Amino acid sequence: MDLYEYQARDMFEQHGVPVLAGIVATTPEEARAAAQELGGTVVVKAQVKTGGRGKAGGVKVVHNPDDAFAAAEQILGMDIKGHTVHRVMIAAGAAIDLEFYFSVLLDRSERRYLAMCSYEGGMEIEELAVERPEALARVAIDPIEGIDKAKALEIVATASFPEELHHKVADVIVRLWHVYKNEDATLVEVNPLVLTKDGEVIALDGKVTLDENAEFRHGDHAALVDKSAENPLEAKAKHMNLNYVKLDGSVGIIGNGAGLVMSTLDVVAYAGEKFGGVKPANFLDIGGGASAEVMANGLDVIFHDSQVKSVFVNVFGGITSCVAVADGIVGALEALGDEASKPLVVRLDGNAVEEGRAILAAANHPLVTIVETMDDAAAKAAELAA
Amino acid sequence: MAIFLTAESKVIVQGMTGSEGMKHTQRMLASGTQIVGGVNPRKAGTEVEFPGDVTVPVFGTVAEAMAATGADVSVLFVPPPFTKAAVMEAVDAGMPLAVIITEGVPVADTAEFFTYAQSKGTRLIGPNCPGLITPGQSNVGITPANITGPGKIGLVSKSGTLTYQMMFELRDIGFSTCVGIGGDPIVGTTHIDCLAAFEADPDTAAIVMIGEIGGDAEERAAAFIKDNVTKPVVGYVAGFEAPEGKTMGHAGAIVSGSAGTAQAKKEALEAVGVKVGKTPSETANLMREILSA
Repeated sequence: MDLYEYQARDMFEQHGVPVLAGIVATTPEEARAAAQELGGTVVVKAQVKTGGRGKAGGVKVVHNPDDAFAAAEQILGMDIKGHTVHRVMIAAGAAIDLEFYFSVLLDRSERRYLAMCSYEGGMEIEELAVERPEALARVAIDPIEGIDKAKALEIVATASFPEELHHKVADVIVRLWHVYKNEDATLVEVNPLVLTKDGEVIALDGKVTLDENAEFRHGDHAALVDKSAENPLEAKAKHMNLNYVKLDGSVGIIGNGAGLVMSTLDVVAYAGEKFGGVKPANFLDIGGGASAEVMANGLDVIFHDSQVKSVFVNVFGGITSCVAVADGIVGALEALGDEASKPLVVRLDGNAVEEGRAILAAANHPLVTIVETMDDAAAKAAELAA
Repeated sequence: MAIFLTAESKVIVQGMTGSEGMKHTQRMLASGTQIVGGVNPRKAGTEVEFPGDVTVPVFGTVAEAMAATGADVSVLFVPPPFTKAAVMEAVDAGMPLAVIITEGVPVADTAEFFTYAQSKGTRLIGPNCPGLITPGQSNVGITPANITGPGKIGLVSKSGTLTYQMMFELRDIGFSTCVGIGGDPIVGTTHIDCLAAFEADPDTAAIVMIGEIGGDAEERAAAFIKDNVTKPVVGYVAGFEAPEGKTMGHAGAIVSGSAGTAQAKKEALEAVGVKVGKTPSETANLMREILSA
């Protein structure tokens, strides 16, 4: 889960990372009040989970509350790379002397963590990494040892910080490590990390990604989810404990197992090329136990997607018996009654496949077509959606 | 021969007395796996009865189980909050291979226990994986044992059901060993580890490699194949239709930026001579062509 900048700011503050005062506003009036409260020069910053907001006009420096009102009026509702701005943060201004870069993240390839640090912050870090890789220090972090003061000093030295800044910056890096470690983050990035004219090191902007698998030990993380930004069908599916992602096509997909469902999306798109570019409408993994209830919930979500024209149920019975899957489909169609309104192409294979197919054949539901192979079933579903 | 797992492997189950552990221990026993013990400190000294007149002793610790039975594989059905401690215990006991089925382990825990296991010489498979099967010999994890019999194809995959699908497609030829390495961002055994083991395994004539979006494991595997694998490899990559930035069930299956896309992986594999199928069936047919050539 990616956090908004203001959420990252609050989290930094909780872990003793120096940040500037910041107040979230959802209306221009709130922005004016916030600027009034903070006083002096403030920055109005769009809160979106994407980069490049500065270039898109989503960050404005203003010198009085009325200008904060005007800036917020402009920024709220703005579209930045497909993200609508619903909130701005009014941040206190700072007299910046130097800008740096720091991040710590999961290094999947090396199966440990990686700290990246540069004395030259403020620019697009991807550009820096390509154009002047020597200016971006990369230091491997042992997951068990983490970043202590000695490691932090090694990081700033590798990034060629001048000696007099070493301790000051290293202290902040150790605290940022505490955010990473204690909050179960997979990314903590500060760009820029600044040195103010008063000689203070401050995290001016932060990106934090949290590991959803670790929610069981962070009761407070659930509150960070932005419910207003969720797709309504995705929210409904989540409520039913279904693993669902809304896509843009017209063939609804239900399958078991993440890999097989991903493969199903591809096979449908591949088959859809022959029918004018028919695409899958969603990812939906019903997991191991495809009970009638889970199947009914899945079909319920998919039938309510107005973009869906046909549905492809693709199940390989591993542990799950195809009998349970077939019973699930029949039961779901009965329970849904008239709400079941779209043709279903069903492909079953594996455990008890003959019995499963027999159940579907006996039910003889007018919406259901049984197709033997995955490729042929995908073609049939694409044809029905064309 | 096979890789990592044979009929001789002696397996203990950490988390055997839980509901998932019980269910799958029974299935593993039914497929011929030598299950020599379970571990649960609160039930140490007891025995668990399984259908077919099989009783499995429960030990208090992994070390006790190993000392009493000579176990050389542990399979873990331990809930996520307790997985790290359970893996650490297996590593401390000197277990050669630990297979972690558990889904939903925090990646920080995996990073720590993987680092620890590596320093002590324990091979980990998983987490969030179906385990591995050497058909006709032994089955550790949750893979259905009746999909395919023994044969000469080695299979390595990030996925569960997609692996079963591929085993099913090629059941006429059969498999030496099928390894589900798991879909998490950090896994204990990689595609490369399996490719190296299959290359060295005289029972394996050809290899199917199934990848999916996220990370650069497939690209690395391609570079490894170029220099180290002489046996034919056929590939399949899932996730062409997955949108950027969305998690598709596997925590590792998330595309960020240009790296990690299915297209990039397919191209990397094809650049080193690996034939990549567009669908699981097409991939199976590519393998069939290679083996009949």
